[in-house]
Amino acid sequence: MAGKVKWVTDIEKSVLINNFEKRGWVQVTENEDWNFYWMSVQTIRSVFSVETGYRLSDDQVVNHFPNHYELTRKDLMVKNIKRYRKELEKEGSPLAERDENGKYLYLDFVPVTYMLPADYNLFVEEFRKSPSSTWIMKPCGKAQGKGIFLINKLSQIKKWSRDSKTSSFVSQSTKEAYVISLYINNPLLIGGRKFDLRLYVLVSTYRPLRCYMYKLGFCRFCTVKYTPSTSELDNMFVHLTNVAIQKHGEDYNHIHGGKWTVSNLRLYLESTRGREVTSKLFDEIHWIIVQSLKAVAPVMNSDKHCFECYGYDIIIDDKLKPWLIEVNASPSLTSSTANDRILKYNLINDTLNIAVPNGEIPDCKWNKSPPKEVLGNYEILYDEELAQGDGADRELRGRPGQSLGPKAGRSRDAGRTVLTTWK
Amino acid sequence: NQASLQRPEIKLESLKEDIKEFFKISGWEKKLQNAVYSELSVFPLPSHPAAPPEHLKEPLVYMRKAQGSWEKRILKSLNSMCTELSIPLARKRPVGEQKELLNKWNEMGTDEPDLSLFRPVYAPKDFLEVLINLRNPNYENGDSLSFRTHLGLIQVPLKVKDIPELKECFAELGLNTGQLGIDDSTQVPPELFENEHVRIGQKVLAEQDSAAAQQYVRQGSPTALRAELWALILNISSQPEDILYYEQLKTNVIQHDLLVDSLIYKDVKLTASNDDYYFVFEDYLYQVLLCFSRDTSVLSHFAYNSASPPKSYIRGKLGLEEYAVFYPPNGVIPFHGFSMYVAPLCFLYHEPYKLYQIFREMYVRFFFRLHSISSHPSGIVSLCLLFETLLQTYLPQLFYHLREIGAQPLRISFKWMVRAFSGYLATDQLLLLWDRILGYNSLEILAVLAAAVFAFRAVNLMEVTSLAAAEAVLADLSTLKVMPLLQIFLFATVT
Repeated sequence: MAGKVKWVTDIEKSVLINNFEKRGWVQVTENEDWNFYWMSVQTIRSVFSVETGYRLSDDQVVNHFPNHYELTRKDLMVKNIKRYRKELEKEGSPLAERDENGKYLYLDFVPVTYMLPADYNLFVEEFRKSPSSTWIMKPCGKAQGKGIFLINKLSQIKKWSRDSKTSSFVSQSTKEAYVISLYINNPLLIGGRKFDLRLYVLVSTYRPLRCYMYKLGFCRFCTVKYTPSTSELDNMFVHLTNVAIQKHGEDYNHIHGGKWTVSNLRLYLESTRGREVTSKLFDEIHWIIVQSLKAVAPVMNSDKHCFECYGYDIIIDDKLKPWLIEVNASPSLTSSTANDRILKYNLINDTLNIAVPNGEIPDCKWNKSPPKEVLGNYEILYDEELAQGDGADRELRGRPGQSLGPKAGRSRDAGRTVLTTWK
Repeated sequence: NQASLQRPEIKLESLKEDIKEFFKISGWEKKLQNAVYSELSVFPLPSHPAAPPEHLKEPLVYMRKAQGSWEKRILKSLNSMCTELSIPLARKRPVGEQKELLNKWNEMGTDEPDLSLFRPVYAPKDFLEVLINLRNPNYENGDSLSFRTHLGLIQVPLKVKDIPELKECFAELGLNTGQLGIDDSTQVPPELFENEHVRIGQKVLAEQDSAAAQQYVRQGSPTALRAELWALILNISSQPEDILYYEQLKTNVIQHDLLVDSLIYKDVKLTASNDDYYFVFEDYLYQVLLCFSRDTSVLSHFAYNSASPPKSYIRGKLGLEEYAVFYPPNGVIPFHGFSMYVAPLCFLYHEPYKLYQIFREMYVRFFFRLHSISSHPSGIVSLCLLFETLLQTYLPQLFYHLREIGAQPLRISFKWMVRAFSGYLATDQLLLLWDRILGYNSLEILAVLAAAVFAFRAVNLMEVTSLAAAEAVLADLSTLKVMPLLQIFLFATVT
């Protein structure tokens, strides 16, 4: 049955289309019989919505999970992680251990966050505990840094107070829902500049959880020098690292695009801070990604027709602690530099090799276990099936902060990388 | 002091031994050894007692003359830029400007002065033309071509090593010796070499022994130990007086503006700011290079540098020695790409004063040789000749072919060597290369690597038919792994 894969997309990006064409796939429209649909998040909503009654057949693959927003909407992500932590605590799991200040030892990786207007009063209580802190307001449903602003005074978010006379209709609809998170005002600076990490994570199934980390992530640097001073709060070029915002700053450079590879970061940190703390940092980053996926796995519709490539945004503070800022369901496929184009092209290529094995017409009943050779620049981040095969006692040995054996990122065991030694 | 000599424990008979013992225990013995070792590494071997000081700079007259003319040209170019733009070579900043600069000290990169009228004083290719025209007046090449004729661009008779001599010199790079950059790759179990090598490195650091560190890094330095090892080899220890000295230089920058500052800005903006690896450190580069220009302690290296610091005269006092000043104060005029000497060091040192000290020492030990005309084996002339000779001797077909199509290999590799490959190799590879520069206290490895790169891409190069096409084949070195290239070229090529 050597028919060619029929593809559809509603995202006109060359990195996608070039990859489809190089596989000899055939472009069709969404009304025809298609095998592969790379869709935007709006489209996935309608495909799986109750009204459409769309039924995907076994030879059809799509690039989103139906309810990905459990992970990719800022408020739901936080909600799911909080729920996950409480569940672990109830079970008495050692992962949910807290320190003397009540902070989770292993699961404190999301900055303190509240939903507005729902948690307004809780937020005010927290705000008053440390009145000099800065908070970042983010609209739940937007991306690319749109609508984000920083506050350090309660008056700046009067609008979201439930008692406010001005709020009436506005804040109740989900479209205007915001999350407010404690702003990390001690980010790790390199060359005096703030940056964040963009890592790509491919999930082929949530039950069992199987995810891959793309080795070629990158750091996005702000073009303007970081200063925690309050007068700069309004200068988004200092605080936000989204490329969409930085691109319009005066100093944006089109050769390197203000980006560094993760391997540069690693080289710099190892050279200036030492190997142990650098390895620990990267282990922790892998840990928080896996924990975030485990947190949403129970509520995720792990539809067999779906896979998803997420863009994880992580900030490292000056104590070398990584913080999960958000997860994007549709990481940008626009290329801001030549290097960028190559990276994204390869990303899609490797993703397709895993999601649509051999580039042939898919059969969604397969076990979703690709052979090691097709991973390309991906490496296995966590494979629940493999991990469970090792017995439950591995769980205790594998927490971050304890020695995890050979360094992450250098796989020496055939068939399985060190990233899966803990559950 | 007197009082302590009176103490009963001090016995005159054993004073000599006691002092020796004290040195050993307190670590001062090691420090003295390191300091002596450092001096030995930097200064040339003792020469004939009757040799004049110029011979320490450069023994050959024709080389000295050529360097002198080159310097005159550079200075003329600088002075004419100065006159054209009506900008003084130096001026004191008004107080307001001083305050502003102090506030912006950590982010000078955001400053965008109008640099469009400034041009670099010279670029590597200008310097290459000078070297190509170097001739020894006492040497007769003869008009008839023979198999001895050197077909390259450099036409001076300096002695350079051949592969058997290089193999002896770089013995630790041999196939049977473990290397970082080869034996630490992911396929090799760390128990075979890497773990032990790291352990030895930590021991060397604990002992604080410069000579041992230098020997050690010949096999490459582990990433996490490199910053300390290089500091140990260069004998940099960042005492309070060093930090103070750096702060003093910073004050000089704040108070006075130099014309060369604009040249530095321009250079950083043109090179490091556009580099994938180094753009992050743009501000550190200003903080280092502006201070470097004002550091008169750098003048002492001219004792063994064939170059001499340019002299300028206070306005209106031309020719009067009492009014002569060196310009810039450190005597070093930056050229296009100069900032790339500093950039890779930013991956290792994040305190400006430490970064500064390391760079300064690297400059007065190594980098100065890459842009002054001398007969020294690590000087750029020798490196060029070594490169061309290696190619002509061991890859004659390739060399001849490139020459025929008007693509003299040196025209392509010159810029790599002048910059010690900074900005051409991936940073981790560059650092492995510079490990060996420090380890062998020689820059010859740059010429060997350049030849090895040509050898590696020989197949593609044999097919090109123009200089432009040859440049294209060699445009991107960012994926190269330097140690395997060097090892294959030196130890696995049929000689």
